[in-house]
Amino acid sequence: MVGTIPNINLAWLVPAFPLIGFLITGLAGKRLKHNQGGIIASAMIFLSFIVSVVLFYVLRNSGQDSATVTLFNWIAVGNMNIPFAFLIDHLSLTMMLVVTGVGSLIHIYSIGYMHDDERVNSFFAQMNLFTFSMLLLVMGANYLVLFIGWEGVGLCSYLLIGFWFRNPAFNYAARKAFIMNRIGDLGFILGIILLFFTFKSVSFSEIFAQASLMHTGGPIITLITLLLLVGAVGKSAQIPLYTWLPDAMAGPTPVSALIHAATMVTAGIYMIARSSILYNLAPITLNVITAIGLTTAIVAAIIGLRQNDIKKVLAYSTVSQLGYMFLALGLGAYSSAIFHLTTHAFFKALLFLGAGSIIHAMGGEQDIRKMGGLRKKMPITYLTFLAATLAISGIPPFSGFFSKDMILSKAFEHNVILYILALGGALLTCFYMFRLLYLVFFGQQRLAGANPHESPKVMTIPLIILGVLSVFGGFLNIPSLFGGNLSFSNFLQSAVFSKVSEKISSSTEIGLIILSLVLLILVIGIAYRTYVRKANLPAEDGLPMTAWSRIVTNKFYIDKTYTVAFEKPYSTISNFLFNKVETKVLNPIVDGIGEATSRMGALTRKLQRGNMSFYFFAMVAGILLFIVFILTI
Amino acid sequence: MKDISSAIQLIPLEHYILLSVALFSIGLMGVLFRRNTIIILMCIELMFNSVNLLVTAFAAYHSDPSGQVFVFFIMIVAAAEVAVGLSILVMMKRNVDSVDINLLNRLKW
Repeated sequence: MVGTIPNINLAWLVPAFPLIGFLITGLAGKRLKHNQGGIIASAMIFLSFIVSVVLFYVLRNSGQDSATVTLFNWIAVGNMNIPFAFLIDHLSLTMMLVVTGVGSLIHIYSIGYMHDDERVNSFFAQMNLFTFSMLLLVMGANYLVLFIGWEGVGLCSYLLIGFWFRNPAFNYAARKAFIMNRIGDLGFILGIILLFFTFKSVSFSEIFAQASLMHTGGPIITLITLLLLVGAVGKSAQIPLYTWLPDAMAGPTPVSALIHAATMVTAGIYMIARSSILYNLAPITLNVITAIGLTTAIVAAIIGLRQNDIKKVLAYSTVSQLGYMFLALGLGAYSSAIFHLTTHAFFKALLFLGAGSIIHAMGGEQDIRKMGGLRKKMPITYLTFLAATLAISGIPPFSGFFSKDMILSKAFEHNVILYILALGGALLTCFYMFRLLYLVFFGQQRLAGANPHESPKVMTIPLIILGVLSVFGGFLNIPSLFGGNLSFSNFLQSAVFSKVSEKISSSTEIGLIILSLVLLILVIGIAYRTYVRKANLPAEDGLPMTAWSRIVTNKFYIDKTYTVAFEKPYSTISNFLFNKVETKVLNPIVDGIGEATSRMGALTRKLQRGNMSFYFFAMVAGILLFIVFILTI
Repeated sequence: MKDISSAIQLIPLEHYILLSVALFSIGLMGVLFRRNTIIILMCIELMFNSVNLLVTAFAAYHSDPSGQVFVFFIMIVAAAEVAVGLSILVMMKRNVDSVDINLLNRLKW
């Protein structure tokens, strides 16, 4: 299938650089001067990025679609043979470029953001370890290597959410993220086991080659895809496992940008796109994905409307955008999902970094009700934030417009109701983003005593680069309607197998775009009127609310439901086991065994006092007894 | 060889057995009830030799020289044992300045 491509073996360098960075900053962290770790870590990620770019051109010039780079034979037992191999194709290259590109910008930004933290070197060690794991995840040529990366990013996410571990609430958030992910991982492991059981292999190429001969809708393939989906739902924070992501905002803001917006949470989407052949065989699963994605997109957007913490708004927005990607996956438009993933990585990383810059300037304040009037004080942050907001809202020609419009038109091709719901979600997105923007940057400064200032260059330059990407990133994939040729989707075509659906006519498409544009501008106008002209502030906490707003403010009581449904019974059972079973049953048994032994020891030690005469006497007595015994028989 | 065997056989076997039992019992009692380590060692030798005597007597009565050869082996082993035993004794005398067996009561646990 694949001939050798010269220089493709460079691929091992891509994950190796972050690993080296992790080892240096992690092991020698105490010896490094303050912030040296950040420079090393950023340099390593940037080198990785350069190698990825080189690989991109190597693969392009070779004229082949994919290449497998086997590092060593990892597991060889009987006829099971799992190599530690990387698959370099257009999909993994896209992900590598996003991870290392956006990753290096966030690392550079972190040098400024984490400057005053005393554990800055271990922060960068963990960030590098994360990037390494993420690269393993996207580069693995079989499900097992993918799984190592999958678990590695989960671990790093846990470590980084709980980075400020002196705050118990942050630790709680970290544990929550880890456990929620674990639920998903269980499904993922079962899926991999079932895959191996069915195909006798975990390698992508072998599984997909065998799967393409299978019938559509078989029960086993449906079960496999559903199990893999459970993993993706956990990792990509979809209903019902999304509640960890908003809490994960406890971590430092660059972590939220890198892990909980741009890369790790998109691992589920990547995995499903990678397994597109399997998913195409399971229409039931695709419908489930569509339902999950759409529900998540809308529910998270509604919750985002009433959040007052700048990072929580962005977190719910991330959940909602991930919902859109799931919707695209469910509709079989895998390349659209990956495209939205890419543009989302640009603008959401930018939004989080911008938020970090604002929090930095406000001295740690995260409540948007206390901000305001920052437009003049922080012009670069304002402009880049504005670009990202326009992008996420889907205003042409910003990047989000192209990616979201592709998903919306796919939804329209599928079902008009889907389209209407998805468009509704997009309008909600637009509203809460502009609400955020207006509250933070417009009006009067509301926090007395604060003296906001523009962030240092090391933070603003990544913002500007990401801003440029957010504005122009959409031009990677210009639809034919605007004279483009969908170069991004075509680029991915060799790696992901999107379902073809009937094209809607271009006049319909233009109509849809104009419709959504008019509605978006209307929504922006409403937001402007509410939050700038009337200068309404979101209500203070604790005021009486209408039933609906109470439900939304409490995030549909989903967290509370989980507490009542799982946490409470679990702790009741645990308490019962501890108080009754362990202390009353198990402890006495174990203690009893120990006590009986030492009692017997206390008894028999009297025989061994070291008195030789007694030993002789015992010996002779024993011999005599023995003789008597023999003689009497 | 013939002469020694017949000479031994002049005395009835019961006498040898009684003498051996008497010597062995004296040795045993010494080991059990004396506290002086030197005497205990000597008593052990006594028990050895009572057994040797018995083995020799039986060998002569059975006209089987292998028993008498065996006694030589026992003597060699006994000599070695005495060497070890006496050196322990010397060390004991040096360390606790006594040969009382009951002072050696730290060989426990």
